[in-house]
Amino acid sequence: MTQDKTMRKPLPVVDFLKLPDVGDPYLEGSKCQNCGAVFPGARKTCAGCGTRNHMETIRLSNRGKLYSYSIVHRSFPGVPVPYISAVVALEGGCALKGCLIDTAPDPAKVAFDMPVKVVFQDARGQKDKDGNSYVSYFFSPEHTKEESR
Amino acid sequence: MSDAYVIGVDMIKFGRFPDRTVPELGAEAALMALDDAGLTINDIQALWCGNLYQASGMVGQRILQLIGQTGIPVVNCANACATGATAFRDAWISVKAGLYDCVMAVGVEQMGRGLLGGGEPEKGISTEGLLGSNTMPAVFATAGMEHSRKYGTTFEQFAKISVKNHHHSTMNPKAMYQIETPLETVMNAEMIAYPNTKLMCSVNVDGSAAAIIVSEKKAKEMGMRRAVRVKASILSSDPYTELGSAMPDINQCTRLAVKNAYEMAGVGPDDIDLVELHDCFATAELLHYENLGLCGEGEAGRMIDAGESALGGRVPVNCSGGLLSKGHPLGATGIANIYEVSTHLRGEAGKRQVEGARLGLTHVIGLGSACAIHILEKVN
Repeated sequence: MTQDKTMRKPLPVVDFLKLPDVGDPYLEGSKCQNCGAVFPGARKTCAGCGTRNHMETIRLSNRGKLYSYSIVHRSFPGVPVPYISAVVALEGGCALKGCLIDTAPDPAKVAFDMPVKVVFQDARGQKDKDGNSYVSYFFSPEHTKEESR
Repeated sequence: MSDAYVIGVDMIKFGRFPDRTVPELGAEAALMALDDAGLTINDIQALWCGNLYQASGMVGQRILQLIGQTGIPVVNCANACATGATAFRDAWISVKAGLYDCVMAVGVEQMGRGLLGGGEPEKGISTEGLLGSNTMPAVFATAGMEHSRKYGTTFEQFAKISVKNHHHSTMNPKAMYQIETPLETVMNAEMIAYPNTKLMCSVNVDGSAAAIIVSEKKAKEMGMRRAVRVKASILSSDPYTELGSAMPDINQCTRLAVKNAYEMAGVGPDDIDLVELHDCFATAELLHYENLGLCGEGEAGRMIDAGESALGGRVPVNCSGGLLSKGHPLGATGIANIYEVSTHLRGEAGKRQVEGARLGLTHVIGLGSACAIHILEKVN
């Protein structure tokens, strides 16, 4: 790693993406001890059953299945298109929206329930106004990149 | 509790009016509704104004500054795309509560062009295109693909919704567009968010609509000939769903609202003669056939294929042209739906008239989410 003090540590794109000093990035969630509902990020009250102060902080799974998607051809200026906006149901609970990468943006190449893994990468070069870089999560098919090409 | 009635209702022709102000557009519809009822602003005891993009701008009061500052109570309300219907419902509640005999609800919006959704982040960087898409076409496309997942619904079936609603709008002079739009034109239009092409996205337009709601006592004084009975008015928010952290709910809040609406009205889906529902995108309309009980689970694709939701079909949906072709000025949409259904119940819908219509249903969804449903009944 560089000794350059101007190199700042990248920031997570959302608060529930954790970048520990030691070990791999992961997604943090919370699970209701009463009804079992799982949410992204820490919270004190369950939106499913209203129970207070019985939320357990957990690590969300890095594996899941594609639940639904759209192939986005028109987005806001500067956002590269096309891309696949995917809803993934993670193992053990919690649904997340994110980009499905390493997959052709073609409905014939996208299968419902295809197994995906959560991967962590630089936020495609985006920086904030202070020059900080960011790490985002993405979904990638469980089979290797080579197979899908 | 006695019933409440729509005694006057109207809307301006939807379009793009960049040189006019939001209060001016709202005032025009308010005066049209007063004329429809044969009333003046001096007869109105309270006003509810629905507007989203100027929610902090006291639009209701500024409308009265244009048409008569009578000092009545004014409530400005915002509830995403359910804004207009929420204004109507709260006006209705005040009459049902016995507080007033004659109130008005106005919905008005001035829209920009282009994509809705996304927006600048409060901190950090924009997540559009990183954490999927928050644009409305993509959000509703993803909801549609959930139906494809369950039932194999095709791009073509979704596209047929848009063909139908554009056809209906050719008979509605108040719609933004009156253009026949064949299936191949819809399917070959620019893809925005698969499976929604540009012609499967609602039209951003400026517009306004207004309704006057009266008590039974007042309706009887005025004469019931063109009165429309409000049989049910229901609002719901999105109940918890497991997928809610990734997909804003439009299905469960609709199902919850319509169950309560049918119960309040004492009717079922088979009794409904026409429906104006929230076709903000073609994918959305198809989902709501099942959500509203207009067909069985998994039958929505068959329903559009069979033409059952077209004018002349079993239960015509969006005879106005819907949000897809009439246009979708967010705060006005809910009251424009009330106008459309009331016009059919009054037998005044001209070429697009649903013959013998006695009972109609209006539905809007504000993403986030709010669902408002009204069931309206012909009186005479």
